[in-house]
Amino acid sequence: MADLPRKVIEVENLVTHYGSRKILDGVSMSVNEGEVMVIMGGSGSGKSTLLRYLMALEHQTSGTIKLLGQDIDTLSQKEMFDLRKKVGVAFQGGALFSSMTVGENIMLPLYEHADLDTMTMEIMARMKLEVVDLAGFEDLMPAELSGGMIKRAAFARAVVMDPKLLFCDEPSAGLDPAVASALDDLILKLRDAMSMTVVVVTHELESAFKIADRVTVLDRGKILFIGTIDELRGSGNDRIQNLLNRRPEDDTIDPDEYLRRLTGEEETVGDATL
Amino acid sequence: MAARQVADSAVKLADKVGRWTITTVEEVGNGGFLIAESLYWLFMGRRLKQPVRLGAIVIQMMEVGIKAVPIIAMLGGTIGAMLAIQSIYMLRIFGAESQVTYGVAFSVVREFAPLITGILIAGRSGSALAARLGTMKISQEIDALKVMGINPVRFLVVPSLVAMVVMVPALTLFNMFVGLTCAGLYINADLGISMAAYFDQTIDILSLDDLLHGVGKSVLFALLVGIIGVINGASVTGGAEGVGKVTTRSVVQSISAIIVADMLFAFMATR
Repeated sequence: MADLPRKVIEVENLVTHYGSRKILDGVSMSVNEGEVMVIMGGSGSGKSTLLRYLMALEHQTSGTIKLLGQDIDTLSQKEMFDLRKKVGVAFQGGALFSSMTVGENIMLPLYEHADLDTMTMEIMARMKLEVVDLAGFEDLMPAELSGGMIKRAAFARAVVMDPKLLFCDEPSAGLDPAVASALDDLILKLRDAMSMTVVVVTHELESAFKIADRVTVLDRGKILFIGTIDELRGSGNDRIQNLLNRRPEDDTIDPDEYLRRLTGEEETVGDATL
Repeated sequence: MAARQVADSAVKLADKVGRWTITTVEEVGNGGFLIAESLYWLFMGRRLKQPVRLGAIVIQMMEVGIKAVPIIAMLGGTIGAMLAIQSIYMLRIFGAESQVTYGVAFSVVREFAPLITGILIAGRSGSALAARLGTMKISQEIDALKVMGINPVRFLVVPSLVAMVVMVPALTLFNMFVGLTCAGLYINADLGISMAAYFDQTIDILSLDDLLHGVGKSVLFALLVGIIGVINGASVTGGAEGVGKVTTRSVVQSISAIIVADMLFAFMATR
């Protein structure tokens, strides 16, 4: 009997709220070691919210999240600190520190967590810049880089500690198709070269089809689909077909409900509309 | 109909007052928590292998302190001379101009030097702190620190607070010196009292308590400006407009807090 793949992320019945509004409603999913999992969904589906919870930036209302086998709610400060070192994040806008050079940005995790001399850290930072095709840009400030270069630098910073798990938030958003495709290639290159598990949140279908081993589709805070790209394409679910064919949702509202919303007589809670 | 409108207005007013009260209590609580967390990282950070970096503190000390020296010198000198002018004008009514040193020395050391330094730091460094943290929050730089396992309080807040607590009293002392010197120059020119005689009299008049009164206040002002800047920066919502709002709010709150704290400090210290 073949060994079951090791689960790097396990989410069980995750429920989250923003104020009184439910955003994620009973989300359960898992990500296997070494795979690229793409989380998709329309605007307001809760995909970016799910990513924030996976990154342990928020505390859920209920449910459990395990990263690399550890329940993040039960970790001590030191255990969470150690776990953070094994996780890299490339944010949508890069989130590079504007007061530091590109090189200093990439060296920051090493400077804070690794007991290395400055020259070694500089060499490691240059190596990562080579990986993302930004060699020679270490002395520039983030403001001097283009959008695609900022995202590449963010990838270099995210992987400088050689993490086991990489989160990417909308890596190709706002980029022209050629640069977006190059970033997709970079994600696959990083996964293969560094044996990482990668979770990508995106609404770009082309990107998802190119990089995903499996896809999770979120819809109004609930899991609509989990499976491979082929399974996704073959799905008979109308909402998935709408998403794949870029058809707007038929959100016809009941007239009584519409009137209640206008008059504010009854607050509508439950549907996740961000 | 009119009664219902009055009732609605009363409910809205009560709602606003209630929300404001909750927000204020929450912000004061956050301030206390922030001080406690900052002290924790300052003293426990090294043990947890996450020390507060001396380099970061020095950079902030340069920003808060050294770069403020020229403007402190200008304001301190101007206010010292202004106090001398007004005191001589007033004392001349009683023919007591020669006693001008008393008024100037106490006013500068106990009141004006710490107050003006505090207000200047609120406008210059408190606003910069709120804007920097607000911008970093909006651009997800704070989130980036968290996911890298770098505590934002340790990395961003503690260096700024330490720099303020060290540099604001230092600037206050400098402000006292410049203010007294410029007052002395005016007194020398107007009344012909020599600078040596003026400084001798000033040293005789002032006690260590007066100096500690002024410097002690400046430490309190530094903490207020730092905490208010951090809380406002961290509470930013929206985009660039949100950053502008919290920056303005930070300056207004800091200056108000400084003036109220000044009055309370003076009241308590003179009982």
